[in-house]
Amino acid sequence: MVEFIKDNLILNDPMIVGANISILLTVIVLVFVLTYFKKWKWLWTEWITTVDHKRIGIMYIISALLMLFRGGVDALLMRAQLTVPNASFLSSQHYNEIFTTHGTIMILFMAMPFLLGLMNVVVPLQIGARDVAFPYLNNLSFWSFFFGAILFNISFVFGGSPDAGWTNYAPLAIEGSPGPGINYYLLGLQVSGIGTLLTGINFIVTIIKMRAPGMTLLRMPMFSWTTLITSFIIVFAFPILTVTLAMMTFDRLFGTHFFTLTAGGNPMLWANFFWLWGHPEVYIVVLPAFGIFSEVIATFSRKTLFGHKSMIISLVVISGLSFLVWVHHFYTMGGSANVNNIFSITTMAIAIPTGIKIFNWLGTLYKARIQFTAAMMWALAFIPTFVIGGVTGVMLGMAAADFQYHNTYFLIAHFHYTLIAGVVFACFAGFVYWYPKMFGHKMNEPIGKWAFWFFTIGFNVCFLPQFLLGFAGMPRRVYTYLPEDGWTALNVVSTIGAVGMGIGFVIIVYNVYYSLRHSKMETTGDSWNGRTLEWATATAVPPHYNFPVTPVVKDVDAFWQMKQEGTANKKDIEYEPIHMPNNTGTPFVMSIFFFIAGFGLVFEIWWMAILGIAGSFGCMIFRSLRSHVYDKGYYVSVEEIKRLEQPFHKEA
Amino acid sequence: MENTNKLNTNVPLEYQTETGKLNILGFWIFLGAEVALFSTLYAAYFALKDGVMEGPLPIDVFDFNYTIIMTIVLLTSSFTSGLAIHEMRRNNIKAMVVWLVITLLFGAGFLYMEIAEFIHLVHSGATLGTNALWSSFYLLTGTHGVHVAIGIVWITLIIFQALKRGLTPDTAKKVFVSSLYWHFLDFVWIFVFTGVYLLGMVK
Amino acid sequence: METENKNVQANRFPWSQVIGFLLSILLTFAAVWVGKITDLSYSQIAIIVFAIAFIQAAVQLFMFMHVTEGEQGKWQLGKMFSAAFFAIVIVAGSVWVMNSMH
Repeated sequence: MVEFIKDNLILNDPMIVGANISILLTVIVLVFVLTYFKKWKWLWTEWITTVDHKRIGIMYIISALLMLFRGGVDALLMRAQLTVPNASFLSSQHYNEIFTTHGTIMILFMAMPFLLGLMNVVVPLQIGARDVAFPYLNNLSFWSFFFGAILFNISFVFGGSPDAGWTNYAPLAIEGSPGPGINYYLLGLQVSGIGTLLTGINFIVTIIKMRAPGMTLLRMPMFSWTTLITSFIIVFAFPILTVTLAMMTFDRLFGTHFFTLTAGGNPMLWANFFWLWGHPEVYIVVLPAFGIFSEVIATFSRKTLFGHKSMIISLVVISGLSFLVWVHHFYTMGGSANVNNIFSITTMAIAIPTGIKIFNWLGTLYKARIQFTAAMMWALAFIPTFVIGGVTGVMLGMAAADFQYHNTYFLIAHFHYTLIAGVVFACFAGFVYWYPKMFGHKMNEPIGKWAFWFFTIGFNVCFLPQFLLGFAGMPRRVYTYLPEDGWTALNVVSTIGAVGMGIGFVIIVYNVYYSLRHSKMETTGDSWNGRTLEWATATAVPPHYNFPVTPVVKDVDAFWQMKQEGTANKKDIEYEPIHMPNNTGTPFVMSIFFFIAGFGLVFEIWWMAILGIAGSFGCMIFRSLRSHVYDKGYYVSVEEIKRLEQPFHKEA
Repeated sequence: MENTNKLNTNVPLEYQTETGKLNILGFWIFLGAEVALFSTLYAAYFALKDGVMEGPLPIDVFDFNYTIIMTIVLLTSSFTSGLAIHEMRRNNIKAMVVWLVITLLFGAGFLYMEIAEFIHLVHSGATLGTNALWSSFYLLTGTHGVHVAIGIVWITLIIFQALKRGLTPDTAKKVFVSSLYWHFLDFVWIFVFTGVYLLGMVK
Repeated sequence: METENKNVQANRFPWSQVIGFLLSILLTFAAVWVGKITDLSYSQIAIIVFAIAFIQAAVQLFMFMHVTEGEQGKWQLGKMFSAAFFAIVIVAGSVWVMNSMH
């Protein structure tokens, strides 16, 4: 046991030792604070076992911000290494590990949970529901994501990080990378993938079955629409990842031959399956982002979203096409001309529905009285920046041209222009926009705008030069280059931009602290003169049952319409007891077993793997036998509702 | 989650509560995910089966008549599972349990035959690590077999709950959902039988 | 629609299950006959037996699982149809792409 820890704990790298120590200190401080203020019970009953979609959403967002910090530090380390030629700040192996974890964390443990968090907070409110369809599963979703993320993240202090790129291509990831690193990748993603799939199922059922009376599908707000479509993509795409990861796990642990070089295995099949999931995954993160922008732009233009229906149609078309373009990620692998041609066409076809959306946003802004809030500024910056990402995407989508661009910094710049301008801007916009819904006060606007300017200018300074570096031939995933390559100047500029983005992030985090201290508490539920139902609650932070009385919807922009009619603030309401689901501790325990199973498999400690798997099945059996008791839930009494709705009545 | 206790007695028990309806729809969505899961396993088999490699070929080691019997056994269990639901809707719990037990016996028979077949194949030199064809064969059929095994444990648990608590909207929902799962296992097997065994026997 | 009179129907003989069962057995043996007895080419056999497999899958869905049943029958049916579409994309797409790699 001691030997095992000694073998795997990484102590030879000063940076990682520093990380070790800081993690240890953070844990000690956390434990101390929780014990000193007697908060353990509070943590367990109010957060860990909660089934309240708003709290689960907040936990998702906090985790995502932590992961954004980690992924961002990775990015800054890479930029530091690449600033000047022949740098020796990072070794080649360390550089490989860092670009691998940066990509994996940013997509799977930052972008997805951030968006899932916002969905959790907003969607049930937006459709006028009391909770999601399966609150128990929602809790399980979060914890399996969380423990999957932990499993992935401990790799860098214990055993070594994965080092085969976030795409983890075979044969490098099988024959080329011994040690536990790749196993961490495979099992960390596997465990968190369970949570994602369950969330997909949960939101489909929630949106189909639990919309408020009168909210037909065509009257549903755009963010809920994108959530519905995204959930459909999740349900069809994530099982592909599950199987693909399992196959490589088998290759590495049990001697099968799926992606090996020998005995008929085919490494290219990994690329095929990875991108069969991976391309839909791009839309899983970008469609909810589109939804957030649609909400923000409509609210601060004070207009109904232009072309609501065409927006929905283009969403559906994108979701179908997203499964038909995966080969464009590996044109150069040697597919026949036919294959490459057809996938070029489907790829470029995606630009059409996406273009429709851009025009819809522009149409909404046209002749509107725009309020330049921080959230709106993120949305406005998104449109031109994302167009650059989209246009370069069409360039890359042409198979013949792709032979020139692929694996250069042109590609790097392209997907950062789509993923940062599309997804990260959306996460920040949504975070600022729905912040009062989560915490009861707004974020400070001037500080928010400082963060915006640092981040967006930094972003463009960082990534525009990378298009040029790509044209100049700089390949991706190299840990250094030579002075005579002539890439130095642009790399210096790029690093300066990255620092700007880092400052932007720090300002956002500071703003959370500053706003907690100094922002005024909101007195109504309607912080921004909103249009959709999430703003129709009596208090800024809705009570756990969301709505004391289920709202009735008569139009798109339901709450706006209520305000126009003057029916938004009824005072003489007859309350009825509300039925709510119970908290649950089982998913947390089950996820710990997932983690144990995953860890056992990473190090091929079979007793531990079997213990973990048996434990998770045990939890499922326990759940099956107890579900009739659990599902009974409880009732919120009328007195309790009156008490919680008090501020609203007092004001009236 | 509201109005869980409001019953609509015009529909079968399993649809009477809001929870029941949500769970049934959710399970259908889950089955959609399962389709994608098995499709990927299936795609792997078809993409890898023709690589140049050593080891026995399916046509040399499959016993086709044996597979037909397996197929009929599983198909029959799917049928009897349907009969159990039919009896459940007539509120005849005894007949339902009898059909469920028969379903499980057929399921166990299928599982036994599959394991025996695997043992036979391993003795013929076709193991998990022999080559890509057999790796993908075992992963596809093995995943299906694991699903069958889980189904057996799950339905056993549900039978006990139904016997203990009688037919309520809750237990009826569980029986119904598990029967959807069981039918789905046969649904998958149709394609395994056709693509792997039948086409594997065509010269 | 179907759900409303389900309780009445439930007292009848389980026709849908019995017919589904017989059809399934028939289709299984039809596929075996095409694959083992006829001397069509491999690709012709593959097309025919897969067509039969899809019919048999439909029999399971409609006659055993009653996919259109319940308030959300249309969503359930839609889910299964889109699942079939994506299944074909995954399987046929992967095989086509992998076979065209040099």
